[in-house]
Amino acid sequence: MAAQAEEPPAQSQLKAGTLTPVMPAPELKLDGSDGKPLSLANYRGKVVLLAFGFSNCGEVCPVTLFTLASARRKLGDEAAGVQVVYVTVDPQRDDAAQMRKFLGSFDATFVGGVGTMAQIEAAEKSYGISVSRKVYADGSYTIGHSSSIYIIDRAGGLRAVMPYGHPVDDFVHDLKILLRG
Amino acid sequence: MSRVVRLILLVVLAVLAAAVGWAGFAPIHAETREQAFDIPRGTWARRRAGDLVEILPDHIRLTLGIKDVLLIRNHDDVPQTFGPTIMMPGQSFRLPFERAASYQFVCSAHASGQLTIEVEPEPVMPWAKIHWRVREWWENRKK
Repeated sequence: MAAQAEEPPAQSQLKAGTLTPVMPAPELKLDGSDGKPLSLANYRGKVVLLAFGFSNCGEVCPVTLFTLASARRKLGDEAAGVQVVYVTVDPQRDDAAQMRKFLGSFDATFVGGVGTMAQIEAAEKSYGISVSRKVYADGSYTIGHSSSIYIIDRAGGLRAVMPYGHPVDDFVHDLKILLRG
Repeated sequence: MSRVVRLILLVVLAVLAAAVGWAGFAPIHAETREQAFDIPRGTWARRRAGDLVEILPDHIRLTLGIKDVLLIRNHDDVPQTFGPTIMMPGQSFRLPFERAASYQFVCSAHASGQLTIEVEPEPVMPWAKIHWRVREWWENRKK
């Protein structure tokens, strides 16, 4: 993996955790909830907010998606330069249609990532995502998963990681820097 | 009590009062707000060989306004997962904190795989500053 510049300008101003040197974000080989192949290369020129979750998530994912949708709204016209990509950790239940419906309830521009178990596991591994499944007596299950948001700059570099729980304004702050940088 | 003894006591009390006053009211300066930890080369190999090498403590304490940025540098030959991200060999991760809280992170560089970061509020009141300074002095003294 080739590294970009040692430390891009404004890296230390970000409220998210930052990675130095910046390296290319691991590519995704998935299907998009929009019916097209999902590749981060499709979004060069935009800042990508990448997160992992699932549509049956009752706690973490709705908060994350609401936060990201609110940040886009606050950005106004600048939001056109931001793409949210949400990759499922539950390929058994989340297909393209399910993810489209789930994500669409937060923001119609969000794109979901779906695929086979092997494809999803490969994506999880490349981003260091931990996933654990808890099965209930009735056979139903829920999934615990890493809940950080990966911030990929317009050149495709994995610049920063925002841990779960940061407020909307922190995202707006960092996105403005990356969109103008 | 002789006059000399009283004078010595007075001086000792004055010095103590000055020290407490300084500790309670002087601003706390830190050379850097980063608390840095290095994952040395060979950590993964040593752990794979069964060596329970400890690189990071179980518990890291940070203080807002003084030491509130965690810096982890991965010098190992393999990627290491720290909390919210994966760090490639040669990469560092700088994580600033702005809210006092207890944070639990997954960390592959740690034998237990778990790391707690306690972020304390900035010591503003005199007693809090004295407490912070005394604790820092005591902990640095042990090192």
